[in-house]
Amino acid sequence: MTTITTAPPARSETSHPDTPRKTSDAFGAAALGEALPGAFRKLDPRRMWRNPVMFIVEVGAVLTTVIAIAEPFLGGPDASGGSTIPASFTWGIAIWLWLTVLFANLAESVAEGRGKAQADSLRRTRTSTIAHRVTTYDETADPSAAEAEISDLSSAELGLGDVVVITAGELVPGDGDIVWGIASIDESAITGESAPVVRESGGDRSAVTGGTRVLSDRIVVRITSKPGETFVDRMITLVEGASRQKTPNEIALHVLLASLSIIFVVVTLTINPIASSVGAEASVPVLVALLVCLIPTTIGALLSAIGIAGMDRLVQHNVLAMSGRAVEAAGDVTTLLLDKTGTITYGNRQASAFVRLAGVDEQSLIRAAALSSRADPTPEGTSIVDLATRQGIQVGELTTGEVVPFTAQTRMSGLDQPDGTRIRKGAGSAVIAWIEQETRVDDSVRADLDEQIDRISRSGGTPLVVAVLSPGGDGRILGVVHLKDVVKDGLKERFAELRSMGIRTMMITGDNPRTAQAIAAEAGVDGYLAEATPEDKMELIKKEQAGGKLVAMTGDGTNDAPALAQADVGVAMNTGTSAAKEAGNMVDLDSDPTKLIDIVAIGKQLLITRGALTTFSIANDIAKYFAIIPAMFAGVFPGLTVLNIMGLHSPASAVLSAIIFNAIVIIALIPLALRGVKYRPLSASAVLSRNLLVYGLGGVIAPFIGIKLIDVVVSLIPGF
Amino acid sequence: MEILFVVLQLGTLALILALLYRPLGEYMARIYTSKKHLAVERGFYRLIGVDSATEQTWQAYMRGVLWFSGIGVVVLYLLQRFQAVLPYSLGLPAVPEGLSFNTAASFVTNTNWQSYSPELTLGYTVQMAGLAVQNFVSAAVGIAVAIALVRGIARSRAATIGNFWVDLTRGTLRLLLPISVLSALVLLAGGVIQNFNGFTEITTLSGGAQTLPGGPVASQEAIKNLGTNGGGFFNVNASHPFENPTAWTSLLQIVLMLMIPFSLPRTFGRLVGDDRQGYAILAVMATFYMASALILTSLERAGIGTAPELAGGALEGKEQRFGIFASTLFGATSTLTSTGAVNSMHDSYTALGGMIPMLNMMLGEIAPGGVGSGLYGLLILAIIAVFVAGLLVGRTPEYLGKKIGPTQITLASLYILVMPILVLTGTALSFAIPGIRDDVESTSIWNPGNHGLSEVLYAFTSASNNNGSAFAGLTANTPWLNTALGLAVLFGRFIPIVFVLALAGSFAIQDKVPVTAGTMPTHRPLFAGLLVGVTLIVTALTFFPVLTLGPLAEGLL
Repeated sequence: MTTITTAPPARSETSHPDTPRKTSDAFGAAALGEALPGAFRKLDPRRMWRNPVMFIVEVGAVLTTVIAIAEPFLGGPDASGGSTIPASFTWGIAIWLWLTVLFANLAESVAEGRGKAQADSLRRTRTSTIAHRVTTYDETADPSAAEAEISDLSSAELGLGDVVVITAGELVPGDGDIVWGIASIDESAITGESAPVVRESGGDRSAVTGGTRVLSDRIVVRITSKPGETFVDRMITLVEGASRQKTPNEIALHVLLASLSIIFVVVTLTINPIASSVGAEASVPVLVALLVCLIPTTIGALLSAIGIAGMDRLVQHNVLAMSGRAVEAAGDVTTLLLDKTGTITYGNRQASAFVRLAGVDEQSLIRAAALSSRADPTPEGTSIVDLATRQGIQVGELTTGEVVPFTAQTRMSGLDQPDGTRIRKGAGSAVIAWIEQETRVDDSVRADLDEQIDRISRSGGTPLVVAVLSPGGDGRILGVVHLKDVVKDGLKERFAELRSMGIRTMMITGDNPRTAQAIAAEAGVDGYLAEATPEDKMELIKKEQAGGKLVAMTGDGTNDAPALAQADVGVAMNTGTSAAKEAGNMVDLDSDPTKLIDIVAIGKQLLITRGALTTFSIANDIAKYFAIIPAMFAGVFPGLTVLNIMGLHSPASAVLSAIIFNAIVIIALIPLALRGVKYRPLSASAVLSRNLLVYGLGGVIAPFIGIKLIDVVVSLIPGF
Repeated sequence: MEILFVVLQLGTLALILALLYRPLGEYMARIYTSKKHLAVERGFYRLIGVDSATEQTWQAYMRGVLWFSGIGVVVLYLLQRFQAVLPYSLGLPAVPEGLSFNTAASFVTNTNWQSYSPELTLGYTVQMAGLAVQNFVSAAVGIAVAIALVRGIARSRAATIGNFWVDLTRGTLRLLLPISVLSALVLLAGGVIQNFNGFTEITTLSGGAQTLPGGPVASQEAIKNLGTNGGGFFNVNASHPFENPTAWTSLLQIVLMLMIPFSLPRTFGRLVGDDRQGYAILAVMATFYMASALILTSLERAGIGTAPELAGGALEGKEQRFGIFASTLFGATSTLTSTGAVNSMHDSYTALGGMIPMLNMMLGEIAPGGVGSGLYGLLILAIIAVFVAGLLVGRTPEYLGKKIGPTQITLASLYILVMPILVLTGTALSFAIPGIRDDVESTSIWNPGNHGLSEVLYAFTSASNNNGSAFAGLTANTPWLNTALGLAVLFGRFIPIVFVLALAGSFAIQDKVPVTAGTMPTHRPLFAGLLVGVTLIVTALTFFPVLTLGPLAEGLL
C-alpha cells in the first residue's frame, strides 16, 4: 500500500500564456532592421499573389507610380470630381501605397524573424557527427552490442532501423529509441533546460533526440527517423514558419477578405461610368486610393503575421505544434483529458490527518506515527513527520532503534526501539495480522478501526494503520494516518475558469472509482475515468467526439499513442516514446502535462486576435468613406460637403490622409498582432461584448480621430 | 393628430403580426415536417411522377428548382407570345419578344417587374393562367429553398435536405392557396373588383368618355401581396382604387405582405429546436423595418419646397385617400419585402425619401424580405456575422452548432457578391456603352441628372433583388432594359439559390457541435445588434458611392 508512485514531479507551476518564460524583444529596432530586407524581397508579385488583398494594393501602387511619372508630361494631374488636385498628390498616394505594402511585408518578416534565431541554434545541433553503427546487431544474444561489429559513418548516412552505440560525451546522431542501457542526457539544445535527464531502455522514457549529448554511460539506440526528417529538422521548419500551411480558418478568412475585395473592386470600377452620367468622374489615383481604403488591408496585411506569431507563442512555451491546424483546434477544444497523477495531484500521497481510535491518547498516536516514519525516506513518510511537527510533536534526532523497511511481503514499515517496543504502520489487514500473532484484537477496537478505514477510503484517501507492540507482547492499535492525494493549488479555480469558457475537464486515473470520485470532487473536475486502461481512454475520446466535441489530451507512453492520434489535440511529452511523439500533433519539451491548459489559451488567443483585427479593419471603413466620398464628388455637388463630418481641409488632403492612416494603422497594430490580444478566461458572451466594444466600436471611432489628425498635418503641405 | 395616427396604425400592424407569429410560424413548420400527404397531393405526385417518400440531396433539390423555374419561364413566354389566339384575351395582340422574356423572367423569379401597362397588354388568360400561377409557385419555391437551408442547419450527418416537389406542393396547397382565397374574399368585401367584364365605356360627369378596365383583380391582389410578388393588375398597382380602395384594404395588403416573411423566423426556430434563435432573427428584421418606415415617413413629412411646405409634407405622387403615412408604410413594406407593389409613386418622393426604398432593397431584401428569400438572405448574413465575430470568443466560428469553415464561407461570400455586382455593373453598363447610353438617356430617363441616375439605379436594384418595385419615371420597355433587367432578375434569383442549397447540403452533412459556455450565443440582443451592424456596413460600403451620386447629391443642397 505504501509503494511510491513514480510519476514525474510537476516541474513548473501552471504558467500563463501572457507571461512567456523567454521574453523576446521581437519588436525592437534591431528586429525591424533585420526584417527590412525580407520585407523588400516579399514585394515580388509572385509572392504577393498569395495574399489577394495586398496584391491589389501593390497593383494600385504600380499604377499610381506610372501615373505620377507620366503626369508632368501630360500637363499635371487631372481634376477629380470637379476638384483640382495638387501636383504632388499622385506621388503622395504612390509613396504611401508602397509603404502600405512594405508595412504588411514587414509584419510578416518580423514575425518570421522571431523564429529564425531559434532555428539557427537548432541548426547548429544538426551538424553531422560520427555515428557508430552496429552492423551485426543481435537483440537476444548480445543486447548491449559489446561483441558486435561496429562501423563508423556520418550521421547523415544513417537510415531507418539502424542500430548505433553512443557513449558518454558523444552527440546522439539521430532520433531513436534506446534498446539497451541507461544514460543521462543533456537535452538543453532542444528544450533549453540545462538539467540532464535520464533515458533508459524499455518503458516510456526510451526516446532520444538527435543533436542531444550523452553525458554518462553507454546506450544502444535504434534509429527511428530518416535523415532530413528528424525531430530537429521538423522543429527548424516549424519555428521558421517556412512550410507554414494556411489553417482552415485562415483559408476561410482569406476567402471572405477576397470576396469583400472583389465587391470593392466592382464598386470602384463602376464609379466612373455611373458618375459620367452626372459629369462627376474621379481621377484614377483617387479611385485607387478609394479602393485601397475600402479593401480590408489591415487584416490582410497582418493575417499571416498573426498565424506565425501564434505558433511562436507556443514555441516560447516550449511546445511544438506539428501543424497550425492543431493550434486552431486547441482554441476549439471542449473536453480536456488530464491524467490525475502529476497533472491534477502532486503525484505523492501525503498525510493529512491523524485519526485516533477510541480510548487512545492523540499525542501517543502522533508520536508513534512520527517515530515509525522518521527513518522512512518515502514522500509519505516525510509527510507524516511534517504533519506531526506541525501539530507540535517533535520526534527529534534522539530516537534510536532499528528501522524496519517496507517490503511487499510485510506491507508494513516501522521501528524497533531499544527497549523492545515495536511500532508498525501499514495496511490495515497487515497490521492486524501482525498484532494478532501476539494478542487478540478486541472486537470493539476492530469495529472502530474498520469504520475509520472505510471512511478514509471512501473519501479517496489511503488509510495507514499505526500500532504498537510492547515488549510484554501487549499489542495496541492506536489509530490511522489519513494519506491523501494532494490536489495542486489553484487547480480548482483554473478548472472553474475553464468551465466558464465552456471546457469540461475529465480526470483520467488508474485508481478505483471510489478514490477517483473523491479526488475528482476535490479538484473540481467535471468527470473522471477510473481504472482507466488505454482502451478506455480511446473509447472515451471517441464517445466525446461522436457528440461533436473536440478533445485534447496529453500522453507519453507507447500505449497512449492511439489515443494521442485520435484526440484533436494530442500533446506528447518530450520524455515520452517516439511512438507517442509521432502520434500527437504537439510535443511539450518541458513534459509538463498541466501545460495543456496554456495551449488551449494560446489557441483561443490566436483566434481572438484574428477576429479582433478583422472586426477593426472592417469597422475602419466607415470613417474612410466619410473622408473619401464627399471629397470625390464635392467639387461637382457642393451639397455633399455636409458629409465631410470630420471637416477635412480639402478633397486632396482628405484622400491622402485616409491613405496615410490606412498605412500607419498597419504598423501600429503589428505589436498587437505579434503579441496577441489579451485573453481572459470568461464566458463567450462576456468575451464577445468586451471585444466587440474594443475592436468594433473602437474600430469605428479610431479612424475618425486618426484621419482628422493626419489631415491637420497634410493640410500644411503647399498645394493641399 | 398625425403622430397618433402613425402610432395607432403601426401598433395595429405590430399587434396583428405578433398574433400571427406563433400560430402561422408553427403551422408552416408543421407543413414542412409532416409525414402525411393529402389525397390531392398524392394525386399530383403520381401525375408528375415524383416519389414523395424519397428525400433529395442538395444537388437534386437544386435541379428540381432550376428545371421547374426554367419550364415556368418558357411556358409564360409562350403564353404571352400566343396571346392573340388564347381565349379571354380581350382582343389584345401577342406580347413582343423582349417584353415577353422580361415579364416571364420577372414573374418566375418572384420579382414581378412590369415594363408594361398590364391592363393594356395582357388578357385574362395570361394574367390568370400565367402570371397568377407564377405568383403562387414562385413564392412556394422561395419558401422551399429557405426551408431546405433551415433543414440543412437542423440536421446532422444527413445527405438529404428534403424533397423539392413535396415542399413546393405543400407550400402552394396548404399555405398560399387557403390564405389567398380567404383574403381575396375579404378584399372583395373591401371593394376590390372581381369580374370578367373586359373594358367598360362610361361617360364621366363632365361629359367626357372613359374606358374602365375590369378583371379578376381581388384574386390576383391577395396572392400578389401574400407571395410578395407585387405585380399589379393595373399599371399604377395598388394606387388604383379598383386594386386598393380604402385605407384599411391598404393596411390589409401590408399585413398580407408581411405575415409570411415575419412568421418564418418562428418556423426557423421550431425546425432548429430553439425558438430564441427565431426571435433574434425576427428582432433584426423588425429593427430594420421600423427604422426604415419611420425614417421614410419623417423625410416625406419634412419635404422641402413650396408645395410640400404648404401641404405639410411631400404629397406629390401620393393618393389623397392614403396620405403620407399610409403611403410611406406601404412603400417601405413593399420594398423591404421584395414585393414591389406601390400605392404611391416612389419617383415623386423627396430625393432623400426616394433613397430609402432603394436602400431597403440594397439591404438584400432581408427585413423581412420576400417569402423565404428574406429568411435565407438574413441567415447568410448571420453566417458572415458569426464568422467575423465568432473568432472574437476564441473559437473557430459556428452557427447553431455548424462550423463555418472554408466551404461555408465561400458559399456565403459568393451569395453576397451576386447582388451588388448585378446592380453596379447593370447601372454602369447603362452609361458606359455609348449606344446604350444614348438610348437610356433619350428614351428611358425622363428626368436627366442625378434623378435620372437614381431611376436607372433603382431599376437595377429592384431587378437584382427580385423586388419588382418601379421608381416610375423610367421607360423600361426598351431592348436594353428589357434584356438587362430580365437577366438581372434571373441571375439575382437563381445564382444565390444555388449557393443557398449548396450551403444547406454542406451543413446537413456536418456533425453538430454541442453548445457550451464557450459557444458564442446567437440568440441574445448583442448578436442581433451585431447582425444589424454587419448588414448595414456591408450595404453601406457597397452602395454609398452610387447613392452619393444619385439621391444624396440631389437631396443634399
